[in-house]
Parts: sequence; C-alpha cells; structure tokens
Amino acid sequence: MTRKRRRLWILLLCGIGVGSATALTLTAFQDNIVFFRSPSDIIAERPAPERSFRLGGLVEAGSVEREQSANGDRPTIRFRVTDGANTIPVTYQGVLPDLFREGQGVVTAGRFGTDGMFRATEVLARHDETYMPPEVADALKRAGHWQPEQGTPPPAATWNTMQPTRTGGGGS
Amino acid sequence: MIAELGHFALALAMILALAQSILPLLGAEMRNGRMMATGAPLALGQCLAIATAFGCLMYSYAINDTTVVNVVQNSHSAKPMLYKITGTWGNHEGSLVLWIMILGICGAAVSAFGRELPTALRARVLGVLGLISLGFLAFTIKTSNPFERVWPPALDGQGLNPILQDIGLALHPPLLYLGYVGYAVTFAFAIAALIEGRVDAAWGRWVRPWSLAAWSFLTMGIALGSWWAYYELGWGGYWFWDPVENASLLPWLIGTALLHSAIVVEKREALKTWTILLAIIAFGMSLLGTFLVRSGVLNSVHSFANDPERGLFILGLLMFYLAGAFLLFAFRARAMIPTGVFAPVSREGAIVLNNLLICSITAVVFVGTLWPLFADALFGSKVSVGPPFFNAASFPLVVPLLLAMAAGPLMPWKRAQLVPVVMKLWWVAVIGFATFFVALLASGQQVLPAVGFAFAAWVVGAAFADIADRTALFRTSLGNAWSRAKGLPRAAWGAAIAHAGIGITAAGIAGMGLAQERLVSLAAGESTTLAGYEWRLDSVRDEVGPNWTARRAYITVLRDGRELRVMTPARRFFPVARMHTTEVAIHTNLMADLYAVIGEEEAATGRAVVRVHYNLLAPWIWIGAAIMALGAALSLADRRVRVSAPNRAAIRAAPTTRPA
Repeated sequence: MTRKRRRLWILLLCGIGVGSATALTLTAFQDNIVFFRSPSDIIAERPAPERSFRLGGLVEAGSVEREQSANGDRPTIRFRVTDGANTIPVTYQGVLPDLFREGQGVVTAGRFGTDGMFRATEVLARHDETYMPPEVADALKRAGHWQPEQGTPPPAATWNTMQPTRTGGGGS
Repeated sequence: MIAELGHFALALAMILALAQSILPLLGAEMRNGRMMATGAPLALGQCLAIATAFGCLMYSYAINDTTVVNVVQNSHSAKPMLYKITGTWGNHEGSLVLWIMILGICGAAVSAFGRELPTALRARVLGVLGLISLGFLAFTIKTSNPFERVWPPALDGQGLNPILQDIGLALHPPLLYLGYVGYAVTFAFAIAALIEGRVDAAWGRWVRPWSLAAWSFLTMGIALGSWWAYYELGWGGYWFWDPVENASLLPWLIGTALLHSAIVVEKREALKTWTILLAIIAFGMSLLGTFLVRSGVLNSVHSFANDPERGLFILGLLMFYLAGAFLLFAFRARAMIPTGVFAPVSREGAIVLNNLLICSITAVVFVGTLWPLFADALFGSKVSVGPPFFNAASFPLVVPLLLAMAAGPLMPWKRAQLVPVVMKLWWVAVIGFATFFVALLASGQQVLPAVGFAFAAWVVGAAFADIADRTALFRTSLGNAWSRAKGLPRAAWGAAIAHAGIGITAAGIAGMGLAQERLVSLAAGESTTLAGYEWRLDSVRDEVGPNWTARRAYITVLRDGRELRVMTPARRFFPVARMHTTEVAIHTNLMADLYAVIGEEEAATGRAVVRVHYNLLAPWIWIGAAIMALGAALSLADRRVRVSAPNRAAIRAAPTTRPA
C-alpha cells in the first residue's frame, strides 16, 4: 500500500470518527442540556412541567421543614429557594448534602410537579462554606440582592446569621 | 524564620529554573557542550530548592505556625498530626508547591537516568522542563505565595475542610500530580524532538516509559479519587461526570492514546507527527485540568473559594505553552518522515483505530465539559451538562473501542489477515454472548448491564486469548507453554494484564448498573429490606473524636433472620468549620458492597434518615484500575525499557518478537 493510499484511509477513518463524535454530541446535547433558572426567571417565564432544569439561589432562612414520617416512608424535606426578589418552594426526598444550610447558596435539579411545587431530584451544596456557585452569584446580582459595584459578593457564610435563633437546615 | 527560608528557597528555585530554561537550550543551539552540561546540575539544584520549600511549608503545618496565612486558613491545632501533614497539599498554594516539587523530581530523574540520552536531546528536554517549572514558580510566587505572614498571629487556624481530613486526600492529589507532571516530561521530549526535527525509535523508547509511568499514576490517582468520592461523599456513586473528574479523565484518555502510538514509533517508526501531537495535547489537557480546578470557572464538587486572577494567570500559561508548542509543531512537523509503512489491517492499523476512537471520546467529553463555559460566554445562558449527556454520547464510542481492543494485540505488525484473528477469538465471542444471555436472565432483563457484562467477558477473554496464543497454550504441551510464558517479554504480559483490567472495571461498572438503593426514615428498632437483606436500626449514639463530635448509628444487617454484621455509619460535626460530614459504613465481600449512610434525625420523633445501598461488583471498578496500573508497571519493567538506548543493537538481536 502506498503512502498516498494509506493517508487516504486514515483521512477517511478520521472523517468517520469526527463525524460520529459530532453527531453523537449534537443528539445528546438536544436532550440533555439542563438550563439554570433563578427564582425570578421562573416567575417571569414558567418552564414546562416536563422540562427538567436547575433552580439556584439561597435557602431562605427559616423555610426548611421536615415532614413527619412513619416507618418505611421516604423522608421529605420542604424549603424555599430565594434570590432576594422572588421565592420558589421546593420539595426533596433524600439525604441533604452535608453543607446544606439555611442562608447558604444551593443548586437544585428537578422539575415542576402539577401542584406548582418544584420537585428536586438532586440538591447540590458545595464543599466549602465560603464557596458560592457562580450561577447563584449571578442570580443574586440580577435580582439586586448584591450590587457588583459595592465590591465582591458577601461571603455565603454571613447569610447563615440571617435567622440566628433557629437552628435548622442541618447547620450549626 | 522557617517560612522565610521556604520563601527564599522558592525564589532560588525560580532563578535556577530561569537559568535551566535558557542555558541548555541555547547551548544545544550553539553546540556548546559546557552550556548543555549545565542542565543536569541546574535540574538537581532546582529539585533540592523546591524540596526545601516544600519541607518548610510542611514544617509550618506540623508545628501549626499561626503567623503563616496559609496555615491559619487551612489548619488547626486540634487536628490529628497526619492531617496537619497532608493538609500541606490540601489547599491551593500547597498543592502548587507539590506540583512543582514533583516536576522538579522528574527533571532530576531525567538528568540522573538520562545519561545515555544524546547530549543535545537531554539538554533540550531539561530546558523545556525548566521553562514549565519557571511558569509555575512565577505563578506561585506572584499569585499564591504559601509563605505569606500575618501579624499579629491568629489565635488558631480556621481548620482544614473536614471533607479533606481523610487518608484519601493524602494519596489522591500526589498520584494525580505524578500523572500530570509525567505528561510534562513527554511534552518536553516532544518539544525537544520538534526543535531537533528528528524522531526515531530511540526517542520512542525514551518517551514510552515516561508515558507509561504517567499513565499508571494517573490511573491510580483517578481510581483513588473515585473511590474516595464513593466512601466519603456518601452519594453511593463512583463517577459523577463532574467537570473536575472529567478534567482528570481528559489527559488519561489522551495519555492512553499516546501510550499506544508511542509503541508504533518505537517498533515501526511510523505515526511520528501524530505521537508528537498527542504528547503536546496530553500536557495541554493536564494544564486545562489544573486551570479548571484552580479557577473555579465551572461549578463542580471540587470548587472551593477561588480567585479569578489565578485562573487568568493559569490560562495565560496554558496559552503560552500550547501556542508555542503548536507553532513549533506547524513549522517542524514536516521534518518527521515516517519510514514504517503498514496496511490498514495490521497492528499499526488497530492502534490507529484505537487512537481515533479514544480521541473521539476525548472530544465528546471535552465539549461536554467546557460547553457551559462557552454557552455562558457566547449566549449568556447558564446551562449544565450532566451524566445523561456523557453516557449517551460516549457509550456508542466505547463499544467499538472494546470490540477492537480485543483484536489489536492478536494482529501482527505491518500486515495482518482478519481470518486468523477471528479464529483465535471465536470462542471468546461465544463466551461474551453466553455472558450476555445469562446476565440478561439473572438481572431480570436489564439490557445495558448485560451488554456491559458481555463486553467485560469479551475483553478479559481476549486478553487471555492473547497470552494463550503467544505461549501456544493449546497447541503444545503445558510445560512448553510454561517455558514460553516465562520467556514472554514483560511488555506483552503488561499489555494483556492492563487490557484485562479494563474488562474488570467494565464488569464493575455494569454491576453498578444493577445497584439498588433505598431511602427510609427509621426509628430505633425498625427495619427495612433491600436486596434480600434486612437492615435494622438498633440505636443512634453520641461519639466524640479529636476535633469532631458525631452521631453514630448501629445498623444490624440480617439475612434470613440470621445476624450478618453490624454497620456503623456516622454523621460527624466539626465545630471549627461548623460543618457536617458523612461517614459511610461499607461492608464488602468483593462481589458486592453493603453501603449504609445516616442522615439527619428528626428532633420531635427521634427518627433518623437512613439510606442503604446494595452495590453489585462495586469493588471491581477499583480493582480493575489497580490491575491496569499494575499492567503498566509491568510494561515499565520490560527489558527493552530497562536496557539503555546505546545497547539497542543487543535488543534487536534478542528474540523479542512473537513466538507464534
């Protein structure tokens, strides 16, 4: 086999490889990209109930409620996610992440139920109490909770003191 | 004083790196032997200086020196000594010093073990390593000085993030860094070859051990990270397609491709430009991983509080190294003339296919990982790309890869026939199909896990068929096969073992596809059932540790009314960080893990949230990875790697070819 023909073969193979990778990526993108929405976004434009998305903001202080449960029940937790301007109620069945706290930035993934509650299938709170998810920081900015010209966003930890009397949210 | 010494050592290392990045490179251009000879002592000196700096930082942590900002922010006097020490690299600044120290050790290793390298090549490699080191030292000193002082001293430190106070942390970052930095060495070899305009079998022989070692460490580092996430985070999963996990997977994938194409360069002197390109991209991916972790541009479980200035600096470094490398590549790649010619159906052809598929998977993972960044920059939309995307897009590419990786090692170099390969593999295919149907029946018609098991059997069986073929196991007497097995090059064993490791990991992943979990709220004395086991919550008690308090649950696992084991998951509270962590209880018999997590307790009723998992074959994921790393280490011990370049003729004479 000559070099020219071999090169042709390799080019052809590369074409197939790149083509199939692109096709796979595009089809997978169509179904699987998850958009981020802040509470204000949702009030402005309510997503369709079948579409799953990520809702992020701060866990509103004093909003965390645990449902009384009997033997064998899946434990249910209700809380509200706020960006300072608007609030969305959320229910979640599961073990909350270790850093889930009232006043802390949180990102939840899920979709709206027919009852208007956001049903989270995933609750993400990060490993570091001073860390603020970038989407949440952006949502707070847009909602006017934090003005960029006043400097860096207040550390998420300071929001822990919003409701000092109540010890909830698995926190201190 | 010690901190100042460390700072000074860091600055000294930077000066040495500056000299190392100029003198040997210039000397090699001017054919000045004395200038070229400066490379080795400079690399050694730099290594010593950085080791001193690292030692000083470790000392500051060990004595809990609260006048050092880095210690104040990341340590605490009440922390156990082990975690004070490992805390040295549990933060941004310290981990950078570790990164540079490992790079320094690699440079010293090149200068110590590279005596047989051509002088100019060694000088250039050391020069490029010095340049990389210089960039990272400048970054450390400019944006993240670990030795900054604070006055007056803080009363005590703020504590290390409790989630990092684990033995996994002691090993995970150093192993990953060994892998990343190993690709810095192959990168340096690639750049040196581009400057010289020459790539030959000797070059391939030098690059292969480094890429093997880097791959081996990276494999272990990723596996350890995955195992750590499995038992520390308590989510019951082992891989989350998190951006930072992907960032370590990208260099691993490219490194896998590099590993294979370097063999072709070494044995057949073909695929030269391609191998150079892979070496450049592998290091680029390592840098990208560093950038993603350190800049915090992506929302990830590894995101700690970050500084955008640092991200920008690393992005600058990434651009500098990659743009320089690609520019050089564009000008010099034509000089690499391939001499080995091969047919499409041949070992080389199989490796090209392997490279193609792996690079396609890399492209898919790369796009999925970085898409949120691009979407934000281009359209201002906040999106995230999660596991469903990665599973859907990479799975169809993994299938042909697993199919082909069985056939590749059975093909001869240059030109192969498909029929003999099929003859050697037909019984493996039969086993694969049988496995599929058995798994389908046993799992209650779950197709995807059954496919996974079939491929696992196929890959492991093919690795066995490869060894059986090489030792003529079924064609001659056992004694003859045994003596052939002993004479087989270790690289052949290594390859077969590493391939089998992939199969075992695939089996583990398929098994996790059948994992079951249950989330319940239990009061003491109540129980739940999962996977044929009864899990009874006996009690939840208080416990006190050195720097934490905990609530520990006692869960008795029963099978057919017989008590099997008491599992004791806990939820720890760290007062210094005001943070909870989950202590998972895992009981394994190597075929399956019983996995229990305790969540919050209801104050009013005393009920506790309990999550139990039955994870089929979960340990196989990490056992498979360990076997892969072992295979690479065995290849590394191969004769042709151990024997130095000038003795090449002796190796050529030795019968290392396939005995079949």
